[in-house]
Amino acid sequence: MTDQPPSQTSVPAIEMAGVAFSAMRDPDTMVAEGINWTVNAGDYWVVAGLHGAGKSDFLMLTGSLMAPLRGRYRFFGEEMPIFEEERLKERLRLGLVFDGGQLFNHLTVAENVALPLCYHHNLSLTAGAAAVGALLECTALTPWAQSRPGTLGRSWQKRAGLARALALEPEVLLVDNPLAGLDPPHVHWWLGFLDQLSKGHPLMHDRPITLVATTADFHPWKGHARQFAVLRNQGFLALGAWDQLAAAGEELVRELLTEGTRTE
Amino acid sequence: MEKGNASAVSLPRVRLLVRLPLPRSLTGYLGRGLFRFLLALQGLGAFTLITLGVTISRFGAARRLIRPLIRQEVYRAGLRLLPMFLFIAAGVGLVVIGQTVSWLAPVGAINFLGTVMVIVVVRELGPLVAALLVLARVGTANVVELGTARATGEVEALEALGIDPVHYLVVPRVLGMALGVFALTVYLILGALLSGYLWAFLQDVPLRPGDYFRQLATALSGLDFALLAVKTLAFGSIIALVTCYHGLAQPLRLEEVSRASVAAVGQSVIACVLIDAVFIIIYLTT
Repeated sequence: MTDQPPSQTSVPAIEMAGVAFSAMRDPDTMVAEGINWTVNAGDYWVVAGLHGAGKSDFLMLTGSLMAPLRGRYRFFGEEMPIFEEERLKERLRLGLVFDGGQLFNHLTVAENVALPLCYHHNLSLTAGAAAVGALLECTALTPWAQSRPGTLGRSWQKRAGLARALALEPEVLLVDNPLAGLDPPHVHWWLGFLDQLSKGHPLMHDRPITLVATTADFHPWKGHARQFAVLRNQGFLALGAWDQLAAAGEELVRELLTEGTRTE
Repeated sequence: MEKGNASAVSLPRVRLLVRLPLPRSLTGYLGRGLFRFLLALQGLGAFTLITLGVTISRFGAARRLIRPLIRQEVYRAGLRLLPMFLFIAAGVGLVVIGQTVSWLAPVGAINFLGTVMVIVVVRELGPLVAALLVLARVGTANVVELGTARATGEVEALEALGIDPVHYLVVPRVLGMALGVFALTVYLILGALLSGYLWAFLQDVPLRPGDYFRQLATALSGLDFALLAVKTLAFGSIIALVTCYHGLAQPLRLEEVSRASVAAVGQSVIACVLIDAVFIIIYLTT
């Protein structure tokens, strides 16, 4: 397990108190409630849950794409969600990588990655696409820079989504189910790259990034993530470090760990 | 843009009512239709105000990214349709002149040929035909593109990147389509007027080109030019707004995109006819 880097600031990166949230596609359906969660700068969390537990919706909430039904959510002390133009700068300290990449099909891979840069720094798409060469190289996407997302496999689309989220150099990165459906080399690459981001990647000027990833299986994250939590029974439970998982006494956690051991 | 329907006011009971099985009474049926109309109007009105607000507040923002998008939309809703419009213009000239000559020639009123062309083509047929053709060719594509983007989560991705979806997806379409409909209407009218004379000439109407264009110039007033510009810009804007609203403003699943397209086309046609009616009243009262 990696050593925990020192916190960059005393204000928690993410602070939720009594939060309840709904499904993104169905605002009338509550997914989970009573969430009390604190993420400090430099943390590396993995939130697990079975299919349909609301992991993606949880990241949408954390990513400020929807408001909590109840409770208080603060991001570096700022009340979330942020929809106002004036506070957009604060919101851009947070990056979100979607499960399927959610790339824009009318743009090339390079243009997809460059789009946020172009929008926030008033660049043309051509100039922006030329400026993201390092990001594409780090994610091994250079050969597909001029391809449309539809021609890429799902694994590479996920990487392009990651590169796009990193374009604005966020301090906190939320990654939705990054390992789902990937073959072992891709899983290895993702875990290695996220470890580098957590410690400080040259691409991010060696600044450690706070990470939150979701998963349906705890096991691949052993020795990588530092804190674990689980979404179950319309609730959220922060479990702590890997060593504490087995002691949590949660049936679901035991199942996830057992499943991981069997498939390892 | 905040999540969910642009019609921010929640009216769950009204929405439930309009989804209930067919009512037994005629008044119930009409009432449901009225509620549907008011809900659509509310949502569209809110979406229009949001778009107007974003257009003004973000004017000039990310211009190196947005301006090429506007140019692209002008091409898509304008220049690219020009060959089809010139063909339609020839047809409109033939239809109007053919009918007019057959009615005016027997009574010796051929001097009114230019007046009829101005009233029918410049004031009415030209703008409406242009708007409906752009709706058919580009408006429907708008709903499908934006509906698919909404259904596949691209809109959430834009929001996650701090990019205003209305600024990036709607504003270029509204501006581009407004300019496109305006430009195509001008070309359609010019083409119809020229082809009209050609058809008149082929029908052996004793009318010299100079006389024909003099008739046109006499029938036209400054108000025609001003109202033509306002009307076509309004047609283009409303088509873009209605189609973008149906594609973007409401959460969609992929299977709902075709239903949204049908609704958008119907509402766009109704909106254009209503705007046209307003302009007829303006013409009649001035």
